[in-house]
Amino acid sequence: MTAVNVYQQRPNGAARAESPLYHAGLDELAGKGSPQAGVRLREKKLLGHLVLRGNAKDPAFAAGVHRALGLELPVALTLVARGETSLQWLGPDEWLLIVPSGEEFAAEQRLREALVGQHISVVNVSGGQTLLELSGPKAREVLMKSTPYDVHPLNFPVGKAVGSTFAKTQLVIRHVSEDTWELLVRRSFADYVWLWLQDASAEFGLAIQA
Amino acid sequence: MLHIFCPHCGEQRSEEEFHAKGQAHIARPLDPDACTDEEWGEYMFFRDNPRGLHHELWVHSAGCRKYFNVTRHTVTYEILETYKIGERPGVSEKKAVEQGVPA
Repeated sequence: MTAVNVYQQRPNGAARAESPLYHAGLDELAGKGSPQAGVRLREKKLLGHLVLRGNAKDPAFAAGVHRALGLELPVALTLVARGETSLQWLGPDEWLLIVPSGEEFAAEQRLREALVGQHISVVNVSGGQTLLELSGPKAREVLMKSTPYDVHPLNFPVGKAVGSTFAKTQLVIRHVSEDTWELLVRRSFADYVWLWLQDASAEFGLAIQA
Repeated sequence: MLHIFCPHCGEQRSEEEFHAKGQAHIARPLDPDACTDEEWGEYMFFRDNPRGLHHELWVHSAGCRKYFNVTRHTVTYEILETYKIGERPGVSEKKAVEQGVPA
């Protein structure tokens, strides 16, 4: 094991955890939208986000990641998932691992154990970003209004994930299933994206899901 | 709006995802302490400003957030190639003239 100080960052019980969109009161808005709404929005809040860096060309690195997570390292612009756990390519030497709430500490330890001795980095960024799930028949139209990237299924199939500009900010768009997209939003931009999505989806009708 | 090929992402992306970062292939002096003020000043502050082909550093700031090099024509703004850091440009002034790019 290395000299890196790995510790449990998630508060247990006593301290209240607030997601980046806590102030928006999404839980209270949930279920109040029209059932025919063209766009549905859900915050997948307080998940465990880990940024993993290492040498993709090193077979020992890929093998270690597979041993720790049971997932293959995804190639450029893709995302692999198993259950609630997903591993996404962010750059040629950088990946994002998203695990269910509370599992990030164990996942980080497993990764460090499997990659011991290698030139790698694992950083817990759970508090710095959040995931918004956009679904419904008009979700793609909202994306078309927001980003210069071509979100047509021919160019953006399920399993692809790209970083691009979005409205006046930047975020990562992940295509998880046919009508479902995820937006990876930085904490300080969460409010702006939330306001933008409300405005952009007003013409289609927006329903919040818990 | 230009479409620029990111060699890391492996596809054409919209210009607004990128930032230009100035001249590429500037080697840092191996021993800065041994440089004269003039040599260090040249390295630090002086940049080419050619009319024609220019090798530049760009960053895919909204995408993979990685740097790469671009060979761009400063008159027509045509981007002739993009390549990763550490690679040599495939297009030079001489080659470009042979291929009919206006000087």
